[in-house]
Amino acid sequence: MNVKILFFASLREALGTASESYTLPAGGLTVGTLRAELALRGERWQALAPGRNVRAAVNQRMAGPEVELRPGDEVAFFPPVTGG
Amino acid sequence: MSISVQEEDFDVGAEIDALTAGRVDVGAVASFVGLVRDANEGSGVSAMTLEHYPGMTEQALADIVAEAEARWRLNAVRVIHRYGRLVPGDRIVFVAVAGAHRGEAFAACEFIMDYLKTRAPFWKREETPQGARWVDAREGDDAAAARWGTGGEGGR
Repeated sequence: MNVKILFFASLREALGTASESYTLPAGGLTVGTLRAELALRGERWQALAPGRNVRAAVNQRMAGPEVELRPGDEVAFFPPVTGG
Repeated sequence: MSISVQEEDFDVGAEIDALTAGRVDVGAVASFVGLVRDANEGSGVSAMTLEHYPGMTEQALADIVAEAEARWRLNAVRVIHRYGRLVPGDRIVFVAVAGAHRGEAFAACEFIMDYLKTRAPFWKREETPQGARWVDAREGDDAAAARWGTGGEGGR
């Protein structure tokens, strides 16, 4: 019932972690509610708070906050991309 | 399509040659090379490090090229994006598109770059005299992607 969460770039630095395993609650979770849960953990985690410019991907595709998470999913949070 | 995400540099001439080698149906090749500049937003830049999301990066680039191939009739597409630490003058990214005519080659090349700037998971960290800093995304990049008609800002 776990998902893998990845953090990249400035978000990874702000949180001080690159990845973790997260246990999904019985009722399931969307990308948006997971983000809100994480933001409640404390000061550093405010980097994920509403209003911060954070993007998400599920199983390596861009995903909006409404996307439902399933056990085994890989969820990533990161700032807007700046390649090219 | 051929996509590479790599630390190593690449040879622009060899890549363009390879795109058309052995075929006679190509009338036009449009290419773009992105380079590291020595200044950004008023500060000198001595180096930059590109981080990416292995796995998603390749998938995102493949999706972008597939979208270009659905919009225009193209003979071949080559995309190379580097990661790791680069210094001013280094090549970062290469896009080349071969088509029957220049119109589709120019358009597809620009489209791929515009989408890459907003959808491919790369992040730049610059080294400046004031210290290292993450580069902020530009609103202009979202606008450039949006003008092609679908959401360029995240592919929701």
